[in-house]
Amino acid sequence: MKAIVNVSLKAGVLDSQGKAVHHALESLHFGNVSDVRVGKQIILQLGESDESKARADVEKMCEELLANTVIEDYEIELVK
Amino acid sequence: MKVTILQFPGTNCEYDTQHAFESLGATTEILWHKSESVPADTDLLVVAGGFSYGDYLRSGAIAKFSPVMQAVKKYANEGGKVLGICNGFQVLTESGLLPGALKRNEHLHFISKHHTLKVVNNENDFLKELSCGDVVNIPIAHHDGNYYIDEQGLQDLYANNQVLLQYSDAKGEISNPNGSVDSIAGICNKEKNVFGLMPHPERAMEKLLGSDDGVKMLQGFFKA
Repeated sequence: MKAIVNVSLKAGVLDSQGKAVHHALESLHFGNVSDVRVGKQIILQLGESDESKARADVEKMCEELLANTVIEDYEIELVK
Repeated sequence: MKVTILQFPGTNCEYDTQHAFESLGATTEILWHKSESVPADTDLLVVAGGFSYGDYLRSGAIAKFSPVMQAVKKYANEGGKVLGICNGFQVLTESGLLPGALKRNEHLHFISKHHTLKVVNNENDFLKELSCGDVVNIPIAHHDGNYYIDEQGLQDLYANNQVLLQYSDAKGEISNPNGSVDSIAGICNKEKNVFGLMPHPERAMEKLLGSDDGVKMLQGFFKA
């Protein structure tokens, strides 16, 4: 099983990179973008085949290492 | 006075820090991150600056799992004094020894220059040689120095006199180089034995090199 973890700054925490990318898009005349957030994606190959166990494992990884929950949110997607 | 200085793969300020404390009369020891204990005679433990583990994932995120960090937590929880400078500050926030987090600088640039700082609180072992409102000239050199803490956390910091230093101009007016909440450059924990700051006092020890204001800061640790 594969886990795709998306980590991004929490809503309300200023995302300077997102802001810079937004400005750059505007200067390229992509005028209809209302907001940009830049995050990171971490892709894990898991030995676990049980979906709920895998999710629990990855959640623990996110809490302990993959995300800094003071400033970041994470989303986990499992792919068989 | 015995100062123990932590060294992770990628730390690069350990020898400057050693030189700074030795010039003030301390004996020093550089402690490799694989160590599982802090030397018993340590009076101050410094988490030095640099790029531990190449800043992979987040600055300080991997270093917090080094074997020595369990010993550092124990040392701090028993009241031992800990000072984190720059990457050391990031390691201490990632480890939960200090509140908040350090984000990418607001304008996304790596900033390396002298900056003035205002002393906000001196009721602690670190800044007791300075007065509130004093302005010191100390180099900064960081990419992820944008201090973040939520509203409630910020109120708690002020309520407990944990905000130590703010980025300012030479007159002490707020001047924020990196987007930090309230222009915060340095804080301590509630118990006032764990200190963290982004600027580098160990690089401000000689007038010839631009400033010796770091002397007054580091000297605080020498006087009980």
